[in-house]
Formats: sequence, C-alpha cells, structure tokens
Amino acid sequence: MIRESLIMRIHYITGISALFVVAVHITMRLLMPFDSSIEYQNIIANYHNIAYSILLESILVLIAIHGFNGLRIMLLELRQNRLWENGVTIFTISAMMTVVAYGTRTIILAQGLGA
Amino acid sequence: MNELIKRIKMFRNNHPAGDENADNEKNIREKINLKVFRTNGKSESHFDTFEIPIMRWTTVLDALLHAKSYCDSSIGIRYSCRMASCGSCGMKINGIPRLACYTKISELKGGIVSCEPLANFPQIRDLVTDFSVFFNHHKQIQPFIQNENIQTEDREVLTEYIQKPEDVDKYLQFSYCIKCGLCYSACPTVATDTKFPGPQALSQAYRYSVDNRDNALGKRQNIIDDRHGIWRCHFAGSCSAVCPKGVDPALGIQLLRGHMLRFSKNEQKLAELQDRGLDKS
Repeated sequence: MIRESLIMRIHYITGISALFVVAVHITMRLLMPFDSSIEYQNIIANYHNIAYSILLESILVLIAIHGFNGLRIMLLELRQNRLWENGVTIFTISAMMTVVAYGTRTIILAQGLGA
Repeated sequence: MNELIKRIKMFRNNHPAGDENADNEKNIREKINLKVFRTNGKSESHFDTFEIPIMRWTTVLDALLHAKSYCDSSIGIRYSCRMASCGSCGMKINGIPRLACYTKISELKGGIVSCEPLANFPQIRDLVTDFSVFFNHHKQIQPFIQNENIQTEDREVLTEYIQKPEDVDKYLQFSYCIKCGLCYSACPTVATDTKFPGPQALSQAYRYSVDNRDNALGKRQNIIDDRHGIWRCHFAGSCSAVCPKGVDPALGIQLLRGHMLRFSKNEQKLAELQDRGLDKS
C-alpha cells in the first residue's frame, strides 16, 4: 500500500503547481478584453495553440489529483471502517480518472486532432 | 518615637492579632454557583448546582472537594497531586478543557463555574472519563527509546550515552507532557476520526524521533504514516492552546510532518554529524 506521506507529498506538489498554472491561465484572459477572450473562436484558437493545450491539460490533471485527494481525505473522516475507506479510495480514483479522461477528450476534440 | 508607638497601637486596634476567623472572612470574597455534570451511565445526565464559598486562592478542584465534603459525597471526581503534575483532574471548566487543580476560580469570569467531563473520552461517572483509548494510542507509538545498535548485554562495553545540551533541547519541551488528555479532548480531528492517534501521541512520536539515542522512527511510521495518522491533523492549534505544561503538541506535529516529507532538517542526523565533527553548517 502507498504510504500516506507520499500521497500527501503529491497533494502538496499538485496544489502548488496548480496555483502556478491557473495563474498563467487567468493572466491569458487579461491579454484581451475578458468578453472577447471567452468568445467561441478565441477559445478554439486557444485549443489550437499546442503550448496552451498542454497548459490546460496540466491544469486538468493537477486539479483533478489535488481535488479528488482532498475529497478522499474529507470522506475518510466521516467513518472509520475498512469497507468505507476502500470504497472511498476506489470511488475517488475512478472519479478522478473519469474527469481526466473526459477533459482530455474535450481538449483533443477541440484541437481538431480527433476529427 | 511617641508618634511611632501611637501608630503601632492604632494598627493593632484595627488588625487584632490571632483573629484567624476575621482574616478568613476577609479572604472569602464571595460565593459561587458550582455546576457539576452528573451521570452514572444509566439514568439521564443532568447538572447539580452547589453554592460554594471561595477565597482568592480557591481552585476549581478545591471547590469540587468542598462540594464533595459538605454538599454531596457522591460526586465522582478523579484527582491526585493537586499541583498540575499528575494530570488526573482534567475536565471541561466553563467549556474549556483545563486541569481543575491549576484553575483558580478568581481567574474565571462570572459567578457560575460549570464542570463537565472531558470531550472525546467515554464517560464513566460524573467527571470521571475512561482514558484507555487515549493510553492505547500513546502505547502504540512506542514511547520509549529503542536502539538496536547499542550494546546493552555486555557490561564490559556498556557505557553512558552522552547527550549534549543542544541534543536535549530538541525534545525537552515535548517531554514535559503529563498525559492529562486536555489536548486530546480539545482536538477537532479526534472528535470526528476515532482512529486518529491524537496530539499527545503524535507529539510524543516526535519527541522520540528527534532523540539521538533512538532509531526506531521506522517502527512508529506504521501508525504515524497511516490514512488516519499525522496527515489528518487540521492544525486547529487547540491542543497547544489548552496544554497546561506548554508542550505545544501542534508544533511537534508540524515538525514531525516536516521530517516525514523530508522538508525539515534531520536533527538526528545533524546531531550525529556534529558529534563526529563532520557537519559544516
């Protein structure tokens, strides 16, 4: 079984890294007026930029890992028995993988690679 | 000279010598209502209120013992040393975990003092709680020095394990713990997570892990580095706020976390290097 200290190290590193990539993401919204930055063609243009796509993918992965581990920690405190603990771990890992898979699919499709 | 004698006579008239009752009456500031939580585990719990005369130095334990002696002898209370050394008389006084022998009534606001059993402990009777789970957590972290590398069998090579004052300073604060359970009672994580070892056990784990005579952190890691171990601490800091001995368990937990993440310096390794004159820092 993975040691909790390793999981928490990943939790802290993903949290700090997510702060950085989200800051870059928000800064990119400020390059043009906010209204235009969220127009359809500009969003698609963002996805077509390979560097920006990598940034979005990293935001997705980092926040999914950090967020679902945070949820796991909160749920572990609710009850203390082996069945609940294993159930929570399996649920959060599957939910995290589903979110990452769906988000990655969206990025690939928007980039036009899936067409 | 006459003036001085006159003054002494005046003073004696105002303060008659040997009149202890008069002195005591002056010291009795007022009476307070002592609300004591009562339960026998079978019938419904309730509070009993006793009117207790207090003096400037009356502690909550004195007031409880007064109530037990003169009002209701059936009050269940655990106490021993009366000097904050044994950690037996921990209870919630006006909602805050404190030692009854270490809390003067004059320090508390209002004329009502409520005494309840410590939270997060199973109740036995009245103010007496069951410490077995708390002590089990303490035992699980193996709170004693272990070192397989030290020869203890052969008396010929048995020598004193010398520690420098700076080695002692690393853990001294944490060794003042009297296991009174106040930190365990104040901890919000213990309230929700029954498997959490609690601030007392974790700070003791730190105390032994930084002791350069010990090398058994690996053995303790199974309990500390668990799903319900040290990482579940929310750092509310209430354990340190209620500690009557200034142990600061929250600090111990954060330092131990630093060790586990290898963020903080390994004091034990550093002390060994300093001892061998190899440390340049």
